Order: sequence, then C-alpha cells, then structure tokens
Amino acid sequence: MDLSIAALLTQDGITNGAIYALLALALVLVFAVTRIIWVPSGEFVAYGTLTLAGMQLGKPPGTVSLLVGMAIVAGLLEVYVCIRRGEIARAPRRLLLWTGVPCVIAALVWWSAPLNLPFPVQVALTLAAVAALGPLLYRIAYQPIAEASVLVLLIVSVAVHFTLTGLGLWFFGAEGSRTPAFASASFQLGNVNVNVQSLLVVGTSAALIGVLYVFFGRTLYGKALRATAVNRVGARLVGISPSFAGTLTFAVAALMCAFCGVLIGPITTIYYDSGFLVSLKGFVGAIIGGLVSYPLAAAGALLVGLLESFSSFWASAFKEVIVFTLIIPVLLWRSLTTHHHEEDE
Amino acid sequence: MLRCIKAIAFGLVASVALPNAANADINIGVTLSATGPAASLGIPERNTIELLPTTVAGQKINWIVLDDASDTTKAVTNIRKLIAEDKVDVVVGSTITPNSLAMIDVAADSETPMISMAASARIVDPSNPKTRWVFKTPQNDALMADAIAVHMKANGVKTLGYIGFNDAYGDGWLAEIKRSAQTAGIKVIAEEKYNRSDASVTGQVLKLVAANPDAILIGAAGTPGATPQKELVGRNYKGKIYQTHGVANPDFLRVVGKDGNGTLLPIGPMLVFEQLPDSNPIKKVSAEYITAYEAKYGKGSRTTFGGHAYDAYLLIAQAVPEALKKAKPGTKEFHAALRDALEKSNVIGTHGVFVMGPQEHNGLDNRARVMIKIDNGQWVLAK
Amino acid sequence: MTRSRAAHALLVVALAAAPFIVPQFWITLGNYIGLYSIVTLGLVLLTGVAGQTSFGQAAFVGLGAYTTAYLTTRFGASPWLALAVGMAITLAVALMLGFITLRMKGHYLPLATIAWGMSLYFLFGNLDFLGGHTGMTGIPALNLFGFELRDERRYFYLIWAIALAALWATDNLLDSRPGRAIRALRGSLAMAEAFGVNGARLKIIVFIYAALLACVSGWLYAHLQRFVNPTPFYINQGIEYLFMAVVGGAGNVWGAVIGATVITLLKEMLQDLLPSVLGRSGNFEIVVFGILMIALLQFAREGIGAWLARILPARRPQPVPEAPPLATRERVEMNGPLLDVKRARKQFDGLVAVSDLSFEIRPREILGLIGPNGAGKSTTFALISGALSLSSGEVMFRGEPIGNLEPYEIARRGVGRTFQHVKLIAQMSVLDNVALGAYLRGEAGVIRAALRLDRAEEARTRAAAAHAIACTGLAAHMFDAAGSLPLGKQRIAEIARALAADPVLLLLDEPAAGLRYREKQELAQLLRSLKQQGMTILLVEHDMDFVMGITDRLVVMDFGEKLAEGDPAEIQRNPVVLEAYLGGV
Repeated sequence: MDLSIAALLTQDGITNGAIYALLALALVLVFAVTRIIWVPSGEFVAYGTLTLAGMQLGKPPGTVSLLVGMAIVAGLLEVYVCIRRGEIARAPRRLLLWTGVPCVIAALVWWSAPLNLPFPVQVALTLAAVAALGPLLYRIAYQPIAEASVLVLLIVSVAVHFTLTGLGLWFFGAEGSRTPAFASASFQLGNVNVNVQSLLVVGTSAALIGVLYVFFGRTLYGKALRATAVNRVGARLVGISPSFAGTLTFAVAALMCAFCGVLIGPITTIYYDSGFLVSLKGFVGAIIGGLVSYPLAAAGALLVGLLESFSSFWASAFKEVIVFTLIIPVLLWRSLTTHHHEEDE
Repeated sequence: MLRCIKAIAFGLVASVALPNAANADINIGVTLSATGPAASLGIPERNTIELLPTTVAGQKINWIVLDDASDTTKAVTNIRKLIAEDKVDVVVGSTITPNSLAMIDVAADSETPMISMAASARIVDPSNPKTRWVFKTPQNDALMADAIAVHMKANGVKTLGYIGFNDAYGDGWLAEIKRSAQTAGIKVIAEEKYNRSDASVTGQVLKLVAANPDAILIGAAGTPGATPQKELVGRNYKGKIYQTHGVANPDFLRVVGKDGNGTLLPIGPMLVFEQLPDSNPIKKVSAEYITAYEAKYGKGSRTTFGGHAYDAYLLIAQAVPEALKKAKPGTKEFHAALRDALEKSNVIGTHGVFVMGPQEHNGLDNRARVMIKIDNGQWVLAK
Repeated sequence: MTRSRAAHALLVVALAAAPFIVPQFWITLGNYIGLYSIVTLGLVLLTGVAGQTSFGQAAFVGLGAYTTAYLTTRFGASPWLALAVGMAITLAVALMLGFITLRMKGHYLPLATIAWGMSLYFLFGNLDFLGGHTGMTGIPALNLFGFELRDERRYFYLIWAIALAALWATDNLLDSRPGRAIRALRGSLAMAEAFGVNGARLKIIVFIYAALLACVSGWLYAHLQRFVNPTPFYINQGIEYLFMAVVGGAGNVWGAVIGATVITLLKEMLQDLLPSVLGRSGNFEIVVFGILMIALLQFAREGIGAWLARILPARRPQPVPEAPPLATRERVEMNGPLLDVKRARKQFDGLVAVSDLSFEIRPREILGLIGPNGAGKSTTFALISGALSLSSGEVMFRGEPIGNLEPYEIARRGVGRTFQHVKLIAQMSVLDNVALGAYLRGEAGVIRAALRLDRAEEARTRAAAAHAIACTGLAAHMFDAAGSLPLGKQRIAEIARALAADPVLLLLDEPAAGLRYREKQELAQLLRSLKQQGMTILLVEHDMDFVMGITDRLVVMDFGEKLAEGDPAEIQRNPVVLEAYLGGV
C-alpha cells in the first residue's frame, strides 16, 4: 500500500467515521437524558434519506402516513391521560400540540411532494417530518415506561427498530435510493480528491460535538436534562419535567439523525434496512465514549470508520470480523479505566 | 407448568382454527423471501404468484404463500407447515440457495415435489434419493458464469477481478466464475467482498484498481450492485464491468445512472424479449408474462426473478394434467405422479426451454441466456 | 423454592402424550420452542438473574451446530462425540471471551457480546471448510440406542427431555448456595464479596453455563434440520433470544419456556392471520410483532412470568428442616486485643483521610467509633473490613495482620459486617438473604447444586440461617421478601446475615440510622444480648443517645485522627471532644 492509497483510505474512514459519529452523538444524547439505548436511530437516518428521495421523485413519501398515524395515537393517549387526571380542560390544547402539529407537517409534505419545490425547501420539509416522528415515538413507546430498567428500555428500542424497519420496507420498497448532493464540487488536496459533501459530513459532526459538549456540560438547562436520567424523582421535585426532557431530546436526536440521512444520501445508497448496521457502529462509538462523553464517542466512531476502511482493503472478506474483534480490547481498556458504580436494579 | 400448558394450548388452538383447504383442490405452497436481505429477489416472485391463475386443467388451485424472511430456519418451518397443515401437493421455493438446501430433506422425507427458485446447481445435483424430489427453474450459476467467461474470452480478457456480496449469493458466484474463468484460460487476480448495506467500498475498489484486471465482475443482487460500480467508475477504472442477473431490475438502473453505461450481464432472455427474433419460442411466453406483470405493477417493472416463479407455474401447469390421470390431488400417489410428470417436462418458459430428465432437474441449456448491456438506461442485447 | 408436583407431573404427561395426539405441525413448533427454551434458559440465568446482558448467545448456538456439522460430515464422527467436542470447544471459547468481557461493567458488556457475536457469525460465513454462506448439507440424523431420530416426533422427546433436564438443573442451581450468590451478582456484588463470594469467578461460571446450554441447543438444531448455514446465528437471533428472556420474565426459570412459546406462537399466528386481515400486499408480521412487543412491555414490564406469578395463588414456602448445625468457628480465648489498629493511615493523593490512627478492641466489648462528618469513620471502617487498602500502618485481627487482604478473606477469618445503606436482595426471602451470610461456611459448588447433591449441606445452612434469624427476633418474617420489611427490621436482618457467618467480631455501620425510637430500642436490646453471648462489636454511629447507652468504650475521631478514647462517661466530660463534636463547653 502506498501513501496515496493510505490517504484515500483515511479519507474514506473519516467520512464513514463521521457518519457513525453523528449517530453516536445522537445515541449519547438520548441515553444521557432518558437512559434509553436508542437502537432505532439508524432508521431515522434511513427515513431521512428515503423521504427526501421520495420527494425528489415527486411521490409523497410513506413517512406521511406514519406521521399521521402516530399523531392520532399520541393524541388519543394524551386525551386519555387528561381524562384520567380529571383535567379535561387541557385536552384540546394537548390534542392540538400532539396531533395537530404533526398532521400539519404531514399535510405540507404530502401536498408539496408532486410540486418539485426547490431543493432546500424539500430538505427542510423532510427534516421537519422525520424530526416530528421523534417526540411522537417517545410519547407512545417510551414515556409510559420511562422508569423501567435499562434492559427493558433496550428491548423496547429493539421492538421499535423492528417496527420501523418493517414499515420502511412497506413505504420505500426493498431497493435503495440516493439523493442529490448539497454541493457536488470537489477539490484536490495533494493527490487526493476531496469531496465537498464528505467535508460537510465531517464538519457537521465536529460542530455538533462542540455544541452538545457545551450545552450539556456548561449550561444549566443541559445539566438539568442530564439530571433527569440520574434521578427522575429528584428532577421532578426541583421543577424539571422528565417527560418534557425526553420529548425535547427525542426531537433533537431525530433531527440530528434525519440531517445525517440527508447528508449521506448523496455519498452512498441507503436502503430501508441500512439503519441497523450503521446505528450498531454508532453504538460502538457511543460505548467507547462511555455513553457520556461526546468527544470520546465521536473519536470511537472515527476509530470504527478507519478500522473498517483499512480492513476492507487488507482483507475484505473478514472486514467485519476484524472490526468487531478489535473493538473488544478497546472496550476492555475503556471499561477498566472508567470509574463505575453499580446500577442498583 | 399449568400456565405453560394453558399458553401453548391457547396459541395452538388459535392457529389451527384456520380454514383448511378442501381436499379435491390442488394446493400449491410457496415459501419465498419477501423480506430480509433477499427481498429484492423475493418481492417480484410474490408479485408474480399473485397474478397466476387459480385453475389448471379444470381443477381449482389454492396458492398459499409464506414469507421466510431470507432465514433458513423459517424456510424449513414454512415448508413443514405447508406440508402438514395446508396439505400441499407441491412446494415452490425458496428464493435463495441456503433456504432451498435446507428444505430438501423435508420435501424428500414427506415425498412432496419441490420446485426451487434459487440459483445453485447443488440444489438438484447430484441426483440422489433426496434430490429426485427437487427441481429448479433458474439457470444454474454455472450456465451464467460460462456465458460471462465465453464473452470475456471472445473480447480478449485475460485477467479478471471480482467483488461480490459476503453471503451465499456472492459465494456461489465467486466459486462458479473461478471455475468458468479457469476453463476459459482467464486468471482471477483479485477477489473482494462487501456487505449489502455497506456505506462504502473504497478499500475494496482501491485494491481492485491497483491490481488492474482487464475486467471486473460484480457479484451482487439489487441496487447494492451499484455501489462498487459507481466507485469503480469514480476511480477511473477503464476495463469492462460485468454484473450478474441479480441486478436486472429497474431500480438498479435508476441508482447506477450514467455510471452503468456499457455494463455487461448474462440473463434470461425474458428481460429483453422485445429484442428477440420472432422465431424464438421464448419470446411469446415472455411477452404473455411480462405484459401481464407490467400491466399490474407498472411499465419497466419486470425482473428476471419474477420469471422464475412464472416458470415454476408453467412446469406445474404442464405436469398437473398428467398427474391427474393417475391419482387424486391431496394423495401421496398424486405427489409421486406430479414428480414423475415434472421429470418429463418439455416446457417453453420465460427463461428458456426446460427439458427435464431423471438426471436433469433444471433442464435449461444455452438458449436460456443472452448477454445484454446497459445503454443509456436501457437493457439492450449485446452482440 | 417450593414445587407444585402435580402441575409438573401433568406437564410431563402432556409432553409425553403430545406427539401421539396433536397435529404434526404443532410438533414442529414444539421442537423449535424446545430448542429456543434451552438457549433462553441460559439467558434467564445470565441476564435475568445475574444481570449480565448478552446478545451473543446465538454465536454459541452456532458453535455447537457447526462443530457437529463439520465432524459428522467430514469425518463421519458419531454425533454424540461431536456433542462432547462441541461442548469442549464452547467451554474454551466461553472461558476466553468471558475472561475478557466479564471484566467489563455496565454497558460495555452487552456491546462486547454484540461484537463477538458478529465476529463469530462472519467467521462462520467466510470459512470455506465450514461451507461458507451456503452452508453444509447432509448432516446425519441422531441414533439413540438403535432408534434413528429422523422423525420429528421422536426428536420431540429428545429435545424436551433435555429441556426439562436443563430446567430442573437450573431451578436447583438457583435454590442453593451458589444460587444465592448468583442472585447477588446483579446490583449487590460488593455486598456478596464481603461474604466470601468470588464475583469474577462466579460470573464466568454462569457465562459458561449459558454458553453450554446454547451449544447443546445448536447441536440439537443441526441434527434436526440436518443442514446448517450462518443465518440462524446472526445478531438478529441473538436479539430474539434476549427478547424471549425479557418477555417471559427473568425471575423464574419457567420464564424461558414462556418467552420462547409466546414469541414463536405469536409469529406463527401473525403469519396466518395478517394476510387475511390486511391483504397480501405488505409484510406486516414484523411490524405487528414489534407493536405487540411494545404494548406487552408497557403492561408487563417484568415479563409474562412475573405477571402470571402475581395472579396465580402464591406457593406456600417450604418449612425449614431440622438439621444438625454447621461447623462453627473455633473460639480461642485471646489474651490481647481482638482487633488492634496500629497507626493506620489512608491517603487519597493529597487528602489524608485517616492519619496514624491507633486503637484496640478487646474481646466481648462493644466499642463505638464516633466523630463529626468527614472525620474518617467510614474510611476507617472500610480499612478494617477490607473495602479499602491501607496506605501505611497495620490492622491486626487475632494477632494476624489483615491490612491488605480482600474483603472475603477478612470475612473468612471471622469478621462480619453490615452496610451503611441496607444491601439486602429485595426479591429474595429473609431466610435466603441470611443464608447468603453463611456462604463461607458451605462448599457446594455449581455442579453439585445443579444435580441436587447438596441437599444435606443446604438443610444445615438453612437451619443455621433460621437460628440466626431467631436470635435476632425476626422469625415471624423468615419467608417474607426482604424488600417488604420496614427499614428497622431490614437493618436487623442485615445483622442476622452477619451472624450467619459465625463471626467473632461484628462491624456495624450506622445501624441506627433512619430507625424510629422503638426500633432503636430493639436494636440496642439485640446488641446487648449478642454481647452476652460472647460477641465483640465495633459500632460506627451518629446517634449519641444510642451510642452512649450501648457501648463499653468509645473512640472519637476528627480530621482523621483520634481525638479521645475512653468510656462513655469520660468522653462526655472530655473538653476536647465537647469542643469538636458534642456541642461546645
């Protein structure tokens, strides 16, 4: 292998690593606030790409029906809770928020799909639609069992992953899609052809790491969100609403994943089931960060990307074996160097 | 304990309270991979089954279609269910080789004929007491690989590189192309593998391009076949690019875009039936099938995989009248008679002309393949 | 755990009769349910009880299946030999993987299990001699005493015989000495280690146990289907096993069967019902399956098994049998102090928590260790019990230095302790919790326990525990779940547990914290009676009334140093102590 190949592989590794890093960040974010290991994050990425691809083709994407369906269920749940608490007066406003807003977004997407609007508008609509799925998902699947153990929440996440994948097959078909690039320029760095789109992915990851790190580490609001994961009752006692925290977190995480999907659509073909392996690798990164640290999670994801890139050159048949085997010593090292206190189940 | 018994009892009572097919009808069980990694192969097959007629030779046919999610255990469970619960007379399936191989024992033990829609010759060869119950409609991988090797040799290719799926489909193709290439005096100088869902294949492609073979074969199915192709074109690879029949669907054309121009692949003639000479008997049969398929599923939605399912139907349709002379549907004798009739098939299908025999349970010859190439987003017969 | 013999007998009869009565396909399903139950059983033990989440069991199933496939097809070996070889290989791999991954805590472990699960899967698929992704055909059928087990119905017996044996063994295991220790692995490991449990070793043993069960399931699978390829051993299947364990409920071994049954039947029912309801144009089984699972977990968070246990009548607990007592520790009359702390020092980087502290505890006395917050009492306590190691100085117990020994080694020498925050295993009965204290007095291992050969020792242990419970006045609550007791009684249960270890010295860490007046009186009463029976007690406490009333001598600490030492009356008059701690002159 000469230097130019190494450079190309490194570039490839960094680009893939940045994709995994975006997912790792979303995973750490969700876990830090809700203790949920968010396996379906990959599905949100796929939905982002495929929704945009659907709009590009002029067909209303299936995401619309999912959005409407979930909005109705969430609305009903909210109304039920209001009735049970005897707060019927609040019901209309909740209904408006939980059902009305998503339905409006869905209607917009459905109406605009055949119109072939300018690319940025389509992207914005895609992001709105997929990001809206996040809080709805939290409300329906997770909020009722928010106090459960991490294992149960993980199993629920897996069930959600199955559901979203199955729905993805129905909405988007078995074949994949690519989306247009934001910037199709590329320039030479040395003798390596650098793709501006790839740079965008890397740049976005870096920016997000910075923002999340500052927000959660330095601002009061960020710390409040983290507090809800450690002690829900305590958080409620000091006036932080754990459900609001969860809803907000899911909205942000879903937005991040959708944006990731839109960013990587031009670089690679995305399928209805691409999400799983991508989120798995993001998960590796997140774990390396101890599920707490954003920079470390991103670094871990980058490591996975680079490992993948280089082992696909050296021994492509055993690429997965190499990547997953080499992860284990890293995990061992991280586990031994992290102070851990037992989670009392 | 008690609770277990109750749970089991409830579940099983519920599952058995389902309509059982009447005995005088012919029951055809189908297990295919409509979800999972092989979905792009299985979905056209299922779409085809939905078009098929429900009577043959005056007998009513019940098509029972189950999905095995590209999983061997599920495929075996499905065939057992079809045989034990739905009392099928013949089983069509599965879409992929491992599933089909796993099903052979069950078909043979229950003495039910089975028509597979999977590619490997191992499903029917060598001929033994088990495989005597098994037939297959797709061309053997070897037939297609030979077509590529012949084309390459005729075009002066001396060295070949390969990149394919890290699964049974890719494995099968790799083994076959190595054999065919060797016979044709072509050396395989690079072998790479990748996963369907990989985001990039940069490493593998760099290695291939560094080896610089005269031609590269991509062993993939569905739109993932576009990933290495686009990468190769992006790296300015100038040699010939061959694909397999797995990518013969409109979505591949959509995703590969201009990078697909000039790609060569061997397929069953049905895909380009309009370009076949009228004297070719396959043309008429393909036309019937594809017109019906595209009427329901859209223009250009044809795929070769759907054709395999249709061919299975044609074989059955031809064998049923023969078998009816000897026994009634639903009996062991009928199954045996069906098997015998299938073994004597001489049927014009969408992929070729099936001439079966005791040692030949696939029955296709060189008429079952043509080389085509992609020209401006269209499939065109290659010369 | 008590047994409902009639129900068990009924189950066995039903299983034996099933192949003759029920339709063929039910047998097919029954076979798969049996196979999955065996794997899930291991997971119930590993994840449900011991708290080690593993996604990688499918890989061990693959090891079992591939070993037998390879040996029987390439070498014509006997499948039974292949089973033995498979189990040996699985043992080796599990040992190695367990050694690396079980050191990991928290979330690293599940990820590591995913990692090696994926590695093994891709390894299976890429090794040509294992048939690659296409798989290996022609695996022979099993032959048992001349019967060829080719027919599904015959295989049904084999699978369920093995499944029931595994259930029996695991049930025995959970109801035994190692079983109590395993139950402590999740969330109470520090406590268990203080009573002599070697946590690391036990985790690996449980891990290997689960792996071996998976291996057997794989072997059975290979000879049932007579074809193997990698897809059944992919991460999806590993996830599904975990699903079954969680859905079935991890508190009880039968959760494995329940989970396997529910999930398998649900999938079959969906496959049959959905096409007629929703039309054939989509594949909704997985979607509906996912939605049902989400709904299920919202209503039955601890699994169906736990939900069923709540609605079915509770079983009556087994009475404690009469049994000869366990061997007690030799009690040697000491001339010098029982515990001698000599210039003990503990430093955390720059902070000196305990600074050259010296005091001694004489036999049969109650010594109180008091001081303001931050004085170093808890650190001293930790140094004596072995939870922390000394920076310098010495701690001598019965003339032997124990300064840098592991907690369980100190426990073994006769030092018992309680914890500042009560560490009882809430779902276990008080009797079982106290019996855990007697861990070091028994020796039944995992194999003996699983085969139920430990009944004699178990009876003696339970008797000893019952005795300790009677000593502390908790006999009325013996079979209650420990978590259901009020705090005062829980603290006393902790003392009973410490007593079950037959200690010579008792270390009590703030035993009166959070107790009501009445409860404190009962506690004081108990401590006095223990002292009368010859126990020596070290007490760390904040409650002055309590301390002054019960102790013989006091040691007062402040800023890591000893401030004063003497009997309660002297301490209450000591001006230095008054200045620092008791409220000024």
